Amino acid sequence: MSDEALSLTVNGQAHQVSDALPGESLLFVLRERLGLAGSKNACEEGECGSCTVRVDDRLVCSCLVLAAAAAGCSVTTVEGLAQEGGAATGADLADVQQAFLDSGAVQCGFCTPGLLMAIDDLLDREPDPDELVVREAISGNLCRCTGYGRILAAVEMVAAGRRDAGGTS
Amino acid sequence: MTATIAHTLDDACAALALRPDAVVLAGGTDLMVEANRGARDMADVVVVDRVPELRGWTRDGDVLRIGAAVTCAEMSGGEPAALVPALAQAARTVGSPQIRNAATIGGNLGTASPAGDTLPVLAALDAVVEVRSATGTRDVPLDEFLIGVKTTALLPGELIVAVRVPVLDGPQEFLKVGTRNAMVISVASLVLVVDRVGRTVRIALGSVGPTPVRATEAEVVAADRLDWSGRESLDAGSAERVAELVAEAARPIDDHRGTAAYRRHAVGVLARRALRRALPNAGEAA
Amino acid sequence: MSPTDVAVRSRDRVGAGPARIGEDAPRPDGVPKVTGDFAFSSDLWHADMLWGGTLRSPHPAARISRIDVAPALAITGVHAVLTHEDVPGSQTYGLEHPDQPVLAVDVVRYQGEPVAVVAADHPATVRRALEAIVVGYEPTEPLVDPEVAETAPPIHPDGNVIRRIHLRHGDQQAAERPGLVSVEGTYEVGMQDQAFLGPESGLAVPDGNGGVDLHVATQWLHVDRDQVAACLGLPVDDVRITLAGVGGAFGAREDLSLHVHLCLLALRTGRPVKMSYSRDESFYGHVHRHPARMWYRHHATPDGDLVRVEARLLFDGGAYASTSAAVLANATCFAAGPYRVPSAEVVGTAVRTDNPPCGAMRGFGAVQTCFAHEAQMDRLADALGMDRVSLRRRNALAPGDVLITGQRITGTLPVVEVLDACAGHPSAAVAPVEPMARPGGAGRTADADHIVRGEALALGFKNLMFSEGFDDSSEARCVIHDGVATITSACVEVGQGFVTLVRQIVGEVLGTAEVVLEPASTADIGSAGSTSASRQTWMSGGAVQLACEAARGELLARLAVIHGTAPVDLDLVDGRVVGLPDGLSPTLAEATGEPVEATVVHRHAPTVPLDADGQGDAHVSFAVSAHRAIVDVDPDLGLVKVVELTTAQDVGRILNPRQALGQLEGGAAQGVGLAVMEEVRVDEGRIRNASFTDYLIPTALDMPPVEVAALVEQPEPGAPFGAKGIGESPTISSTAAVAGAIRAATGHDLPRVPVRPEDIALHGTSGDPPPEEAA
Repeated sequence: MSDEALSLTVNGQAHQVSDALPGESLLFVLRERLGLAGSKNACEEGECGSCTVRVDDRLVCSCLVLAAAAAGCSVTTVEGLAQEGGAATGADLADVQQAFLDSGAVQCGFCTPGLLMAIDDLLDREPDPDELVVREAISGNLCRCTGYGRILAAVEMVAAGRRDAGGTS
Repeated sequence: MTATIAHTLDDACAALALRPDAVVLAGGTDLMVEANRGARDMADVVVVDRVPELRGWTRDGDVLRIGAAVTCAEMSGGEPAALVPALAQAARTVGSPQIRNAATIGGNLGTASPAGDTLPVLAALDAVVEVRSATGTRDVPLDEFLIGVKTTALLPGELIVAVRVPVLDGPQEFLKVGTRNAMVISVASLVLVVDRVGRTVRIALGSVGPTPVRATEAEVVAADRLDWSGRESLDAGSAERVAELVAEAARPIDDHRGTAAYRRHAVGVLARRALRRALPNAGEAA
Repeated sequence: MSPTDVAVRSRDRVGAGPARIGEDAPRPDGVPKVTGDFAFSSDLWHADMLWGGTLRSPHPAARISRIDVAPALAITGVHAVLTHEDVPGSQTYGLEHPDQPVLAVDVVRYQGEPVAVVAADHPATVRRALEAIVVGYEPTEPLVDPEVAETAPPIHPDGNVIRRIHLRHGDQQAAERPGLVSVEGTYEVGMQDQAFLGPESGLAVPDGNGGVDLHVATQWLHVDRDQVAACLGLPVDDVRITLAGVGGAFGAREDLSLHVHLCLLALRTGRPVKMSYSRDESFYGHVHRHPARMWYRHHATPDGDLVRVEARLLFDGGAYASTSAAVLANATCFAAGPYRVPSAEVVGTAVRTDNPPCGAMRGFGAVQTCFAHEAQMDRLADALGMDRVSLRRRNALAPGDVLITGQRITGTLPVVEVLDACAGHPSAAVAPVEPMARPGGAGRTADADHIVRGEALALGFKNLMFSEGFDDSSEARCVIHDGVATITSACVEVGQGFVTLVRQIVGEVLGTAEVVLEPASTADIGSAGSTSASRQTWMSGGAVQLACEAARGELLARLAVIHGTAPVDLDLVDGRVVGLPDGLSPTLAEATGEPVEATVVHRHAPTVPLDADGQGDAHVSFAVSAHRAIVDVDPDLGLVKVVELTTAQDVGRILNPRQALGQLEGGAAQGVGLAVMEEVRVDEGRIRNASFTDYLIPTALDMPPVEVAALVEQPEPGAPFGAKGIGESPTISSTAAVAGAIRAATGHDLPRVPVRPEDIALHGTSGDPPPEEAA
């Protein structure tokens, strides 16, 4: 693995990263080397959740993933949510994204990508979580603008929408 | 970049034998914080989180052997939670869901932070750390493994393979004080483990010393005064004495997360509460 | 993406018809923000760019004996290392007083003060270069106690007292009447950080002709430009600042941070330079909310009529002035809260120390005094044996009343209405069942019987917009062409939703959904003032409204001439012209041949500076808010869970209910944070917790539901659409309410926020454990 190009699959697309320096995080590689700036860099110490992505179906802070350690992994970022979640219905946005807009969960928007990833992950596991479960599931995602009220409303909106659709995600 | 992704334990040990000072990386949740600040050279890394031998747990009689790369999320539920409930409770207080998905028990040991949440549980359980290098394997008792603040007995070229803890019959409680309701570094923590078979009570404290503190005097008093017949009661005076001894055992410092006085006070409170939870008849005379 | 993609554009159509005032209009920047496409300042990228970094002083006070940049310059990949000697223009800048060095000159006055800047090819190279710069520091004793700053030797040529206001109102002997009930207290507020999530960041691009384009997240483009140009020694037109996506602001972006540094590096290297602060650097790189010590004495008749309020306010401004003078004015003017106080003496002082600089944060001085005056009102009610709500109602300000500044309230001020709505609102709070929902949360520290519940109410009071004679204006342009209304304004969108409001105003005035909001840039339009002081809806919303009305008037006048009718007979409805004599209703696109353009500057009513007695009509408008907090407290561990917040707020008129709710909830969260966890811990001038690991802000498990009891709509005369700014009020009274509720639950005084666990658990002890809990 030494000194070889780093292979990553991001949102279904294969990438070869050949110029990363030692110690670069997955977040840095996504943002600065692959041009996928949707994952955000608010703290780079795992305390805000803005950089949340899925690596091989595990929800993690990409700032704390050594890029080299993610070699061969499949990564899903906020840029991949729409194709993943919207494809089934033909919509441009995944239902979680649409719910954020409809419920007023977006203000400055810096925490939004990480929260979308965390909520998408939660609803995959628990389609109809109660409020305390939601609060714990997003407790690693800091939001400074909203006070979380509209974000919780968005989760409820998605859960209700999926119930009405008769599916469980 | 020189990052070796080990796919077997032998791979990992061989890589470490070649480069004994390489950084051993599992979940990355501690090391990458330093790397992102430029405070840790990551030029030479051995990545161990895919090593199958480190990834799971096995029960062998009354011993649970937990692989070093088992995550906090994995420890929070399922079989580990059923067998070692205090460890599951502690693991669930680590960081955030994202952190728990990545952080490993081996990493918690290797970082050896005074605030490492699983460490007091391992201390209370007299855990044994299995360490391996290309030249062999050795067992290190936890109290010998944790030497000081962020210092362990691990030698260059060595790797944490697993940690072994006893599966005990008896209640276990882990409580942690932080100034936020989630995603917070421990200001003080306490674990209480009751071993019905051995008729011992084990109490360990976190964040009140450079390494986990065993409240041994409190343990002796608790075990002595506990009514081990079916009721498992402890009179109020004894519970209070245990709490006092717990507070006395703490060796806290003042820092920005809390004062020494508060930490000492808090572990006493946690002791009373843990006793009452673990032993519903404890302190009923009060 | 390239710099030309960085600005906030809203060309995409949102919704079917024209947006209207009063509707839940959708955010035009919403879709890019949920897809990850929205370009925040930290997302800027240029193919040829270098990375910038800042060397900061490790000492809170030191003389600099030498700086050697040669070792850093020798590192491969390093393109520039600059010190104060490389600053071609003014060595200092500042919002109100230019007292802060661009890069330290011979002395540093706070830990984290910039000393040198670097441009290099990779962030890791930048770090190595910063470590290689040799600085000879001779540390000196830092001045860290604001109490002694006034008499200590000056640490800055401008002296240690940034401002003193001695407000005297009414009969100064009023308290000497016999029979009055008096209560006294001393209160303290810790240093709060704005903790926006998007770190300070920007990209400077040299224009090749000696000028520079700066793309940056900020709050006030034009005042940034003026300061940057002065420091660069360039004419203002050679510095163009364009807004990049802003990841929250809350006051922390009102001062310059990396602006001049980036431009210096770009001009020196001839390359685009990007800089993005790390989180710990962000704590050193912007101003904080002032820590304050406040002494109060209230006097009232036995019936509960306030007679006199006396207060001494000491605000620690830290090393540089920033907006301390204006913050202090607000603290002083609103020191008594929204109450009728016939006699007052308030001495407010803002001092300079070697602590981190303090300046603007949401609530701007009113947060600190609200915490104190509301504690005093509770204490007074108790001393009088009166109900706390009744005391507040009895003394509530109303239109026509006079403030302690002597200013008469001529607009709306529904104090009693918000008070009654909030106090009378039924609570939905129930006892928590899950341990996770109790104080201590995930730590599982409390059982049900360890918890006590408390409740309290607080009122907050503040001005809207800039005060004391400041020329507070906003310019906007409306161009109607090809059926599209193009709006230009330098108003900064920080997340509050101005971009949405623009569409609603255009929809309301021009009846069209075809709206383009141009990027906010100093190159294209005059100043909009700062996105702060709850002012942009009024100021820039008003400017956009006036520009649209002017363009509409010109368009209809032109059509009236063409069609031989009167302009008053014509109207714009749903994108069409109606009322033409021929009965046709052409679309806006068909009706506009030549573009119609109108540019206006909007100003609010003039104000005057406070006089020597702190008197004068210094403010334009006022807003009041109420919060009721219900908290669960674990007294033995001192842990708190805020269970419910109920609020009522004076809003003038609601323009977008969904966005308003977001302001109420989000603002309250910052107030909750200050009450129970948020403090920049400074020890001997050094920040101890410059990280999100240790500077804690509320998570979803800390923030309770916010119940809105009432949005009191009393349209404000002179305000566009009658709307008052609503951004700050939620942050003002929430802290006081939560602190009051903790007092109610515990019976402790708790004169300081944030309330720390030890303040409760070890209350009244000298650090020894309190008596045993009843197990």
